[in-house]
Amino acid sequence: MAATESPLFAGVTGPWRRIAGLFGSLLAMGGAKAIELPENRAEALYHLYKGGGVTADGPALLVRKSLADKVSLYGSYYVDAVSNASIDVVTTASPFKETRKSYDLGVDYAYRDSMMSLGVYRSKEPDYQADSFSIDVAQEVYGNMTTIALGFTRGVDKVFKAGEPSFADGAKHWQYRLGVTQVLTPRMLASANLEVVSDDGYLGNPYRVARVFGATVPERHPRTRTSRAVKFKVIGDLGDRNAARAEYRYFWDTWDIKAHTLEAGYSRYVGTDWLADGFVRFYKQSAALFYADNATSETLYVSRNRQLSAFRSFGLGGKLSYTARRVPGQYELKIVGSVERIRFNYSNFTDVRNGQAYDFDANLLQLYVTATF
Amino acid sequence: MNAMRRLLLVPTLAGAALLAGCSSFSLPSLPEPWVKPYERERLADPIMRQGGDPLAARHREHVLVVREGSRGANAAQGGGCGCN
Amino acid sequence: MNCGSTPLPSPARRRLLGSALALSAGAAVCGTSRAALGSGPAPDFTLRTTAGTNLRLQEQRGQVVMVNFWATWCGPCKIEMPHLVRLYAKYRASGFQLLGVNVDDDPRNAVAGAAKLGITFPVLLDADKRVAKLYDLSTMPTTLLIDRDGTLRHVHRGYREGYEITYDQQVRELLKA
Repeated sequence: MAATESPLFAGVTGPWRRIAGLFGSLLAMGGAKAIELPENRAEALYHLYKGGGVTADGPALLVRKSLADKVSLYGSYYVDAVSNASIDVVTTASPFKETRKSYDLGVDYAYRDSMMSLGVYRSKEPDYQADSFSIDVAQEVYGNMTTIALGFTRGVDKVFKAGEPSFADGAKHWQYRLGVTQVLTPRMLASANLEVVSDDGYLGNPYRVARVFGATVPERHPRTRTSRAVKFKVIGDLGDRNAARAEYRYFWDTWDIKAHTLEAGYSRYVGTDWLADGFVRFYKQSAALFYADNATSETLYVSRNRQLSAFRSFGLGGKLSYTARRVPGQYELKIVGSVERIRFNYSNFTDVRNGQAYDFDANLLQLYVTATF
Repeated sequence: MNAMRRLLLVPTLAGAALLAGCSSFSLPSLPEPWVKPYERERLADPIMRQGGDPLAARHREHVLVVREGSRGANAAQGGGCGCN
Repeated sequence: MNCGSTPLPSPARRRLLGSALALSAGAAVCGTSRAALGSGPAPDFTLRTTAGTNLRLQEQRGQVVMVNFWATWCGPCKIEMPHLVRLYAKYRASGFQLLGVNVDDDPRNAVAGAAKLGITFPVLLDADKRVAKLYDLSTMPTTLLIDRDGTLRHVHRGYREGYEITYDQQVRELLKA
């Protein structure tokens, strides 16, 4: 039933406890070395997403500052003004506008070879509020060639429905992260990341409808979900100020969704002040067990959420970065612009307006200024 | 859950293997770290960084998580200068 | 049904910490000690400076020498540099020599970096990492203090805010001796 996960070391017995103790002693052997705090930063971004009838844009700000070379504090503010005329909205309701604001605060503490991070996050929109806190630990071992990271996030959501004050529900989330990064050569590193996410509560959308025998019914989602994702990444320096990276992620969950993500990117310095970046992304996902474009049987759960359907997407993008001012050891100011175009192709989600399989193009734009000091 | 104990396997084995210099634990020894701290010039370059600039990376991840059924494994750690 | 995460029961947690501490103590005893730089005479080396001349460590005998290994790609090295420039200006006349050994792959970056950081003391070029290997550096930056007889006295691995105060104290002590 409930996807309860106990904290990492709970229930550890026998030889596992001894090995955990060995790991602890490895950390104690860190020696006189220390880990570098993230650099101070001030960043201002304008972001835009336009696709499938949805336009979402807004500013975002981030500030990060270290104190006494021991802790690094950060805060960020993100605004998402959404104008929604997506296919779901247009065919079952009417277009609407709303604004989502999110805030987060965090602190990173460097102690010898470890970095401990704590963060809190809040996202608020008229009918949805999400709060979470995170703990992350990163440990450098093996002559700083290997970094091992563990993380945990706990989230609580409150779900409401506009126009129906009696509707109030919630959801809880647990995320567990494990990552290992290994320096392979002076020009190459590889990493593996694993994340388990568990959800419990209202996981659907109170406005969305499903189709059963051609008739619309409110959607019925399960109240629990556990997902796992594992990602492998390689980054290599190709010499002469070029680098390339590739990553693959496999995702699978208890709703029977399986997804593959493949991304590749290439970066190149141009002159002394410019950096150009190109990237491509392939994505393929299989449908959730209870997903149906038009269900032909009565099932306990049913959903027509195209996010859970079988679809593919292909993204292509580029980024250009200009270093406006650079004083070594003091500060650096960059101006960056990034665009990406993603094409979504749905296999079993019909555009009810024309009876064809639905597809659309989305465009992303990011313009920002970032200062590190 | 068994999955969590399996997750522990990787760091604990790595940790155990690294104690190989000790005679009291008879484990096979790993070679000396082969990329020295003074050989990390290329790794310290920003183009070898794992995550992008934080706000831009967050925006992109948000856009994708909202539209896709998959999530997770996007954290980045390690690499870089390895200084201090 | 309680769907929240449950905390570790106390007795189990205590046992876990106990075994971790016990094994830490054990491992600390037999742990690999990276005492690559102990006391003793500082290994001698000769390197080309940015001025084009050769400079040998042994020829600095009679002076207190600080050797700082740095690179243009190393953040803490660049933050540390103004403090070293100040230290050099303060004690230079009293018989203090500061040598900056740069390990950039391209010596041209070292020259440009030194100019941008306003380095006034000699910058030695170790592009083939020969001296870095000789001293078996375990961190960037590494700052060494050598006394007037050529004996290696202090090793500082990395740089954190406040290290420059220790440098000042140690240089003063060595100059007095």
